[in-house]
Parts: sequence; C-alpha cells; structure tokens
Amino acid sequence: MLTQDLHTVLPELVLAIYTMAALMFAVYTGKDSVTSALTWATAGLMAALALWIGAGEAGSHTAFGGLFVDDAFARFAKVTILLSAAAVLVISQDFMARRGLARFEYPILLALATIGMMAMVSAGDLMSLYMGLELQSLALYVVASIQRDSAKSTEAGLKYFVLGALSSGLLLYGASLVYGYAGTTGFAGILTTVQHGVPVGLLIGLVFMLSGLAFKISAAPFHMWTPDVYEGAPTPVTAFFATAPKVAAMALIARLVEGAFGGITPQWSQVLAALSVVSMFVGAIAAIGQRDIKRLMAYSSIAHMGFALMGLAAGTAFGVQAMLIYMAIYVTMNVGTFAFVMSLEMGGKPVTDIGLLNQFSKREPLKALAVLVLMFSLAGVPPMLGFFGKFYVLKAAVDAGMSWLAVAGVVASVIGAFYYLRIVFYMYFGADQEGAESRMAPAQWVALMGVAVIMLAAIVNFFGIEPAAVAAAASLVG
Amino acid sequence: MIGLEHYLAVAAALFVIGIFGIFLNRKNVIVILMSIELMLLAVNINFVAFSSKSGDLVGQVFSLFILTVAAAEAAIGLAILVVFFRNRGTIEVEDANVMKG
Repeated sequence: MLTQDLHTVLPELVLAIYTMAALMFAVYTGKDSVTSALTWATAGLMAALALWIGAGEAGSHTAFGGLFVDDAFARFAKVTILLSAAAVLVISQDFMARRGLARFEYPILLALATIGMMAMVSAGDLMSLYMGLELQSLALYVVASIQRDSAKSTEAGLKYFVLGALSSGLLLYGASLVYGYAGTTGFAGILTTVQHGVPVGLLIGLVFMLSGLAFKISAAPFHMWTPDVYEGAPTPVTAFFATAPKVAAMALIARLVEGAFGGITPQWSQVLAALSVVSMFVGAIAAIGQRDIKRLMAYSSIAHMGFALMGLAAGTAFGVQAMLIYMAIYVTMNVGTFAFVMSLEMGGKPVTDIGLLNQFSKREPLKALAVLVLMFSLAGVPPMLGFFGKFYVLKAAVDAGMSWLAVAGVVASVIGAFYYLRIVFYMYFGADQEGAESRMAPAQWVALMGVAVIMLAAIVNFFGIEPAAVAAAASLVG
Repeated sequence: MIGLEHYLAVAAALFVIGIFGIFLNRKNVIVILMSIELMLLAVNINFVAFSSKSGDLVGQVFSLFILTVAAAEAAIGLAILVVFFRNRGTIEVEDANVMKG
C-alpha cells in the first residue's frame, strides 16, 4: 500500500530529495560559487522529470487515501510547469550572474515552489490543495524579495506576501465552509454530496475559495498586486511568476470546480465568466497607459488569465482542453518575451522602459523580428499560435451557449492588440534616438528565437499537445 | 446552550476584523501580520467547530496543518519586513510606495 503510494508520488519525491540535497551541498561547499552549476542541474532535473512524467504510464492512480491524484490532467499540467520552470531557470542564469544576484537559494527556492505546484495540480483533497499552494506561495514570497538590498524588490516581496496571505485566508475560510457543509475534505466526497442538493453554505464556501484562487492567478478584481510585484521583482523572478505558478493555479481551479463541484456547473460557471470578463477588460484597458514593459506584461497576464478562465467557464470537457492548450501556449510566449526583456540594457544597467525600444529593428533586425512575432502572437493575430489559443477558448464559450462571453473576449482582444502593436511600432517606426541594446546569453537567444519559430511552426499540429490535452480534459471531466 | 452557530458567528466576526485590519490599517505593517494571523485563527475555529459537531476528526487535523503553515508564514513575513526596513528605514504602510499601483 505505502509502496504503491510512494511510487505514485515518485517524481515529486525525487525533486524534493534533490532540493534538500542541493541545499546541503551548497551550504557546506562553495555557497554562491556553485549557483551556476546548481541552476543547470536543477533545470536539467526538471526537464528530465517532465520527460519521465510525459512518457510515463497512462491511467489514473490515487495515493494516500485520495489526497493525491495522478491522472492525465495532472500529468499535462506537471509537464507544462516543469518545462517552463526549467526554461526560466536557464534563461535567468546569465542575468542573475551579471547583476550580482547569483545566490544559490534561487534555483533551490524555484525547485521548492515547483514541488508545491506539482502537489497543487495533483490535489484530491482540500488539505493537499492547501499544503501545495502554501509550499508554492511561501517559496515565491522569498524569491520576490531576493534582491534584498533593493527597495523595489523588498517592497514587491512585502506586497506579494500581504496579499498572498490574505488570499490564503479567503481560500481557507471557503475551505472550512465547504468542509462543514459537505462533511468531508475529499473532492470525491464533495462531488457525491453536491449531487444530493446544495446547501447555501457550500456555495458561499465555493465563492470564497474561488476568490482566493483568483488572487493567485491575478484575475481581476483580485489583480492589484500584480503590476507592482512584476515591476519590483528582478526580471527573471517576474518571468517565473508569469509562467509556472499561473499554470498551477489555473489547473487547481479546474480541478476544484470540475473535480469537486462538477455536479453544479451553472453555479460556478457564472462566477468564472464574471471573473473572465473583468480580467480581459482590465488587462486590456489598464495596460494602455503603461510605460514599463514589466508592468505591461503584468496587465497582459491579467488579460490572458481572463481568456483561460473563459475556457473553464464553459464548464465542458472541451473548455478544459481549450484552457490547457491556452496555458501551454501562454507560458511558451512568456518565456520568449521575458528572455528578450531580460536582455535589455543601457550602459550596463537593466532597463524596462518601452520608449527605449525606439528603432530597435535598426540595431538588432533579427531580434526585432522575433519580438514582432511574439507580440503578434500575444495579441492573437493569425496565423501565430496565440490566435489558436484564443480561438479554442472562444469556441468553447460559444459551444457552451455563452456567446456574449465570446463577443466580450473578441472586443477585449482587439483593445489589447493596441499595446502589443505599439511595442512593434516603436521598434520599427519609432523616433530616431538612443535606445536600449539587447545583450543576450546564448540560452536567452535560443529561447527567444526558438519561441518565435514555435509560434509560426507549431500551428501545423501544435507539436502533438492536442491529444494530450484531450486526454487530460477527459480524465477530469469525463 | 452554545451551539455551532455561535462558534461560526465568532469565527466570522474575527475573520472580518482581520480583513478590515489589513485594508483600513494605514499605520504599521506589523498590524497587518497580526490581522493575517487573526484570519487564519478564525478559520481554525470554524474547522474545529465543524469537526466537533460532525464527529469527524479531519477538520482538527486540517487546523493543525493551518497552525503549522501560519507559523512558517509569519516567519517569512517578518523576514521580508526586516529586509524592507533595512532598505527604507520605516515599516509604515504608506511608505511602501516606491511603485505606484
């Protein structure tokens, strides 16, 4: 019994044991001088685990009396999380080394956060949901303020901590009500309870939990921490915030609403649809006035979360599939974009003002072209991959009879296109003045160009992620 | 006779006080940490009350988990507060304004 349970959680165990061994190793040997080796080792291990999970056995297993579920949905999310975390580690290594931030805690904390995310997407119980979420959040609070001599970075950490703790409180209060009215914390038990009538306390609990989780994915109106934290944290940390944790929290919402409250789709579908609409418009409109590319990416991520929520709001298996594909495309685009943002500097100092991108295409034609592809893809211009992500969620919403939501999504997407295209405009037609240069390490260059190529090449078959997403959605909703 | 609803009412009141403590407080970040603690303890009251009412031990196990995590959370919050204080020389909420959000 125990052997079987341990076998199910083996990938998490391997990563956890590695993390502790790496911590001991770094503390007792060279401290910060081993950072570079540690970063590559962590990224390598994460990529290997992603391959292992991706190629692993099919079917669903539960472990520890239903606390932990390993099914196709969890595996899809885990592969996405591990690969994006590994990619962020690889592209951030050079930035951290050059800015004197190469602390050995950085890869270790990221690995810890990743373990938390893997536990989150596999949660089959409110308890494992909470423990995974907190393992992720506590590691991320520290990472946000890792540049501890910078007023901005510590302020970002403080704001993230306060609002993150508040969201955990809301989530827990919701969890306590769900436990009280369902009589159990297991998702399977809650699912059977809601099939025989839904007490109002249970619904209040669900709404509290959804608002707590909306904080974590920075869906409006729970988004106010996002721009400040994205701006204040060092750029590699921002890149991490924008990728893996978003996938994990989105998958967690999917698991909660479909896995535990699958019988009462109409009740939560309206809540998710409202969050989705508000996020899309807040993300699209508030970003227009931003001059800082990291704040801009923060609002961009808010808008993207709105689109991903649209897939979930549909409440169908196809909606979950659309959400998974959307998140996979979203993290890929963000890895490429942040590889570019990290490389921007002026006089050896990192800069993030979009005005400094003027005439960037004259200085770096190839990189400008790659960024153009990325911006078009983020905006959802066909034939880039980003368009297909949006197309899937819009189709899911229309199929579920929520055409108004799809129309709102298209309108928000058109408004949002303005600020992505403005970056392209600055790069190609901006005023002729001194601007930022882009100094890239090979890993960043490969990430930027690779993602740009993927945005164009993957439209043929999505690199085969679609069948995996179909299987994942079927395992959750089916 | 004190029943379940009384415990729930106390917990709800404490929880709301905690939330207001975070949002209305304009003075001091330490007060925010205390408010967060208050919210988590209110949740614990809820869990223990439901658990004892239904005779199911899971709620009490959950509340032990929450206590542990809350301790870790407070430690991390204080650590971040210390580095913030070193940089800014103040822990007033209104001084956390390098970035306008």
